[in-house]
Amino acid sequence: MSPLELVKPAEAVPDAPLAVRGLTVTYREKPAIFSVDATFEDGALTAIVGPNGAGKSTLLKAALGIVRPLAGRITFFGRGFDEARDRIAYVPQRASVDWDFPTRALDVVLMGLYRELGLLGRVGRSQRARAMDCLARVGMEGFADRQIGQLSGGQQQRVFLARALAQNADLYLLDEPFAGVDAATEKAVIAVLKGLKAEGKTVAVVHHDLSTVRDYFDRVLIVNMRKIAEGPVDTAFTTENLQSAYGGRLAEAQLHQLALA
Amino acid sequence: MLLDALTFQLGYNATLVAIGAALLGTASGVTGTFLFLRKRALVSDAISHATLPGIGIAFIVMVALGGDGRNLIGLLLGSALSAGLGLLVVQWLSQRTRLGEDAAIGAVLSVFFGFGIVLLTVIQTMSSGRQAGLETFLLGSTAGMLFNDAVTIAVGGALALALVLLLRRPMTIVSFDPGYAATIGIDTRRVDLATMGLVLAVTVVGLKIVGLILVIALVIIPPVAARFWSERSDVVVLVAGAFGGLSGYLGAAISASAPDLPTGPIIVLTAFALFLVSLLVAPARGTLAALARYRRYHRRVHLRQGLLALAHGQTVYEAWTRRLLVREGLARADGVATEAGRARAARALRDERRWAVLRGLPAFEAAASLYDGLREIETVLTPDQIAEIDGMIGGPRGVAP
Repeated sequence: MSPLELVKPAEAVPDAPLAVRGLTVTYREKPAIFSVDATFEDGALTAIVGPNGAGKSTLLKAALGIVRPLAGRITFFGRGFDEARDRIAYVPQRASVDWDFPTRALDVVLMGLYRELGLLGRVGRSQRARAMDCLARVGMEGFADRQIGQLSGGQQQRVFLARALAQNADLYLLDEPFAGVDAATEKAVIAVLKGLKAEGKTVAVVHHDLSTVRDYFDRVLIVNMRKIAEGPVDTAFTTENLQSAYGGRLAEAQLHQLALA
Repeated sequence: MLLDALTFQLGYNATLVAIGAALLGTASGVTGTFLFLRKRALVSDAISHATLPGIGIAFIVMVALGGDGRNLIGLLLGSALSAGLGLLVVQWLSQRTRLGEDAAIGAVLSVFFGFGIVLLTVIQTMSSGRQAGLETFLLGSTAGMLFNDAVTIAVGGALALALVLLLRRPMTIVSFDPGYAATIGIDTRRVDLATMGLVLAVTVVGLKIVGLILVIALVIIPPVAARFWSERSDVVVLVAGAFGGLSGYLGAAISASAPDLPTGPIIVLTAFALFLVSLLVAPARGTLAALARYRRYHRRVHLRQGLLALAHGQTVYEAWTRRLLVREGLARADGVATEAGRARAARALRDERRWAVLRGLPAFEAAASLYDGLREIETVLTPDQIAEIDGMIGGPRGVAP
């Protein structure tokens, strides 16, 4: 047991969709995030913000077991990741796949049904219809037969979101879905996320564009290796908190504009 | 003669070899596809070369135990063990040290192969056992193939195919997006290990026919050739299996149809011929298709630019553009527009104006992203939307399309 687990947890939210306590992840001996506590509340649309290299993506990857944390406890809906896996869907950063891979948009979405299909389950008409439906929700139904590399960056991002939708999860974790996408994609993605929230699902998004935080999200987690603040946008997304996360990287005037807009 | 070989009229041994080679080709093509998709095709080279010391050791052990040393199953078992060891060393070197996988493959391949050659040389000087023919595992030999050997190959290949069928979905997802695969509960390390294990199995099974130096070709060439024909991994797998099987069958038949044609190398050359054909004539990804596509596009650009020049009353200077316009009956040889040319030019200009307006309107952002200088606006907008845009252009309207 790591010494950090002996520290009494800040507040106990046993059944939160995602709760991390004392999470530390290091690359070699340089910590990416250090002893972070955070709770993602049920039914909320939460932004994870912070400067470049602040450990935002690492936080998600550690929660999902893609990178191994050095210390800390992570629970999903009060359980371990393996037990809650069927309720979690993840949309990775776009850059991480082989774009010349022989797979079409529809095939990518069908990958989201893997847990349901298993090793030998046949992809039948109903599965295909569901995958098409997920593509339609992100406005990509007309591109089902396109090889994935022939789509634009924004369209690829939407296909990956559709794959997550196909998992029919309760918690959606997205890593920079708005990075480098066109305005049409940004609109489509945020509409889907708000739709998920309306269905009572929980969504957490690693986000880099501070100017849209107020419009898109209702909660925010500000990190820069340590947790700086977390809570409803109105109370946590303040000038002081952004100042302490970004330091000199944001101009004073910019900060005021963002937090008080 | 070749026809006789193709229809299994060339005798018992030739038939056995052709069937065995076809099965081996199918299994290695299918299995190799996943290695290829995972971008680790070269690992199979390390695996195949690492079989050699195992063959030598297995021979020595079997002779020491009083056997004749050339039992195929015993030799294959030995080769599988040393290939497995080589594979583990490659994994360990590339994961636990700062060496890249390419360097690890090079190191393992040469060291294991060198050690294997030493063992074979030692065996040559041994007094007991019938060592003759052990070196045929280097390039394969089908002359003395027995029914039992063919059965070994068939069973090994069938087992590998069954496992691929079972694991195709996780192997595909891991190849495409390993990070995502991990989050949906696929153990990527074990899936990778299974992929390698399958390749190891077909490699070992293929030693007898193709030999360890060339068996890598049957793992790599069919998938690479198959990739030209489809954008769907499931189809690529099937086509690779078909190509591999066809290479094995055709290659074995060709080598049986004339004296002194080595089976393994002919099979590999047959696979290469299939690759060459795929590279050239595959409909979407082939080089000829790409060339034709480029030429068509080139032509459209020149035609469009020529028409716009005519519409602006400019002279077309570029010779090829002018030839295109003349050939289409849009301009006369001196570069002056014909009646038809003027009409087409006016339409092109109108199209261009509409696009210019559209691209300035935030409401049409999605449509504007489709602008490529050639696409006609009618293919993107409804007549109502076009009327709306025409309203913004102003001036006389109603040019008959």
